Amino acid sequence: MSDAAMTQRRPLLLNLLIVSFIVIWVVLAAFPFVWTVWGSLKVETDFFSRESWWNAIVGTYTRIQTGTAFTGDGYHGAWITREFWRAVGNTAVVTVSVTVISLTLGTLGGYALARSGQRYAFWILIIALVFRAMPHITLVSGYLLPFFQLNIWGVLPTSIIVLVAINQPFTLWMLHSFFLSIPKDLDESAMVDGCTRFQAFRMVIIPVMWPGVVTTGLFSFLLAYNDFAVTSMLLSADNQTMVPKISSFLGSVQEQGNVMYAVAAVVSATVPLFILVLFFQRQIVSGLTAGAVKG
Amino acid sequence: MPHKTFFAFILPSLVAMVLFIALPIVSVVVQSFHVEHGRILVEVENCQPFGGCTKETRVDTAAMAELQAAQPMGQFNGFGTYLNRSHLAVDEIGAILSDNTGFGNIVARIYNLPFYKALAFTLVFCFVVTPLAMALGFAIALAVNALPKVSKGPVIFFSLLPMIITPLVGSLILYWMIQANGIIGATLQNLFNDPTLSLRASPVLTWASLLFYGVWTNAPFSFVVFYAGLQTVPGDTLESAMIDGASRWERIRYVIIPHLAPLATFVALVQLMDNFRVFEPIVGFSAEANATSLSWLIFNDLSGDAQLFGSAGATSVLTIAGVIVLLMPVLIRTWREFNHKVV
Repeated sequence: MSDAAMTQRRPLLLNLLIVSFIVIWVVLAAFPFVWTVWGSLKVETDFFSRESWWNAIVGTYTRIQTGTAFTGDGYHGAWITREFWRAVGNTAVVTVSVTVISLTLGTLGGYALARSGQRYAFWILIIALVFRAMPHITLVSGYLLPFFQLNIWGVLPTSIIVLVAINQPFTLWMLHSFFLSIPKDLDESAMVDGCTRFQAFRMVIIPVMWPGVVTTGLFSFLLAYNDFAVTSMLLSADNQTMVPKISSFLGSVQEQGNVMYAVAAVVSATVPLFILVLFFQRQIVSGLTAGAVKG
Repeated sequence: MPHKTFFAFILPSLVAMVLFIALPIVSVVVQSFHVEHGRILVEVENCQPFGGCTKETRVDTAAMAELQAAQPMGQFNGFGTYLNRSHLAVDEIGAILSDNTGFGNIVARIYNLPFYKALAFTLVFCFVVTPLAMALGFAIALAVNALPKVSKGPVIFFSLLPMIITPLVGSLILYWMIQANGIIGATLQNLFNDPTLSLRASPVLTWASLLFYGVWTNAPFSFVVFYAGLQTVPGDTLESAMIDGASRWERIRYVIIPHLAPLATFVALVQLMDNFRVFEPIVGFSAEANATSLSWLIFNDLSGDAQLFGSAGATSVLTIAGVIVLLMPVLIRTWREFNHKVV
């Protein structure tokens, strides 16, 4: 679209309308985060103030109780007293393992699906689509009893492999459409030169596949990071990752008047996502649209 | 690609999906036909030196443990679990239909049955949030497209946040703002001058806030996809529409919307699938008194002290049936296209 020409012809009123709409949307999207980050540095009577929300901004009671306008008590309580750092460590282990394993399985499978013209390749993709639609919690109710019987409930490796499997349908679809965009001639000419299929994959495809892998990896990471249904049901209390830990905070903390621990934990869990969007905005957008344009 | 090579490449991925997606579905179906063992009672005579003897019925824990080890699934129950009060409630529905005081009465009484209550919210969430989020996303995409280039990046950055956020964390952040002593909740109380106004107390307000959360977190996805689609609208068509005297609105209606229609189908499909599993916001908003979903019912069965595998299994099977019904149009269309291609 010829942007410049159209901008000039747009009436002032319409421009005003567009800008104010965007401002409202950005405030709606960003303000909850800003507010919660700010409020996590206050005491509970300020952040949850019955008198006036102005207290949360200036920190009236925070000043009275701690002497300064900002306090790190919530963070200290969550990270040290309630051992949130342990959950952070578990989350790191789970997300990194899930991302690496799903990408390894997914690139191999996605490549095979993209290069095979067979009927069964199509059916695998359709079944993967149906699996993609399964609510995770329905699968969890199938895991619990067998896992109790096999005595593998509660540990991190079990959750990791379950999340990898749940993630496979999406990874296969993404990488399948990505590999379709790499010309067939590339690996076929390598095979004419005497490579086996696997050698062609290793020496010709692997060097050019990284943009697609990075994008798919971001979404695998997000799935593992954001999961609540699987990790909350399959991990024992000692092995909990961040999200189920936050939910268990809610139960215990509300009674003890330590809601600020939960607020601090929530903010801590949000920060990595902010950083992710900050650095990978382009890849996230292109990943979302790649699925749409080709899917 | 030869069959052997193909399967060598895809085997690990296929094994993972069969073991942890296909088998659990089988396991869920088997579970749903079983129910927990009844309690084995024994009569114990309790004699005290001065009080005489009393007879007491107790649960025989040893025998129960033995039975549990022999049949961990519980006893076979057939379709019993599906038909009982907490699932399809066939008897209760029959009673309601045969004895009622009008249509409103029927709806109200069916809504009181746990499964139908959850189904109602799940469907409303699916079919209200999806179109609203798509409309909002489309509006944002049009507006952002009209912005000067420098401001596009930051706007997209902030727009992505509600989508990328962990659902439980996102719903907690909103919940803390709208509860009675949060910033929005307290402001609303002041505005309406009603200190008892609380989003948790009234079912209507709880539903409204959950739907609001749904639109908030779903809109960015539509926005990003539609925004990318807008970049591919053919300039020539727009220009010729302008020359033919099409107004701004007519250009959107007759050029842009038809161009984006295939994308809209895709977005609708993905969002319906995701919204059908709505679960975390109910936990985050502590809304279970007024709004439950199918996923939440399963979670609730599994996370209690006594884990009700049979009940969770039956709800899961019904949910999976729902997903398949939801996907049916897409599956049929793909099937037709595929057959067409082969012939």
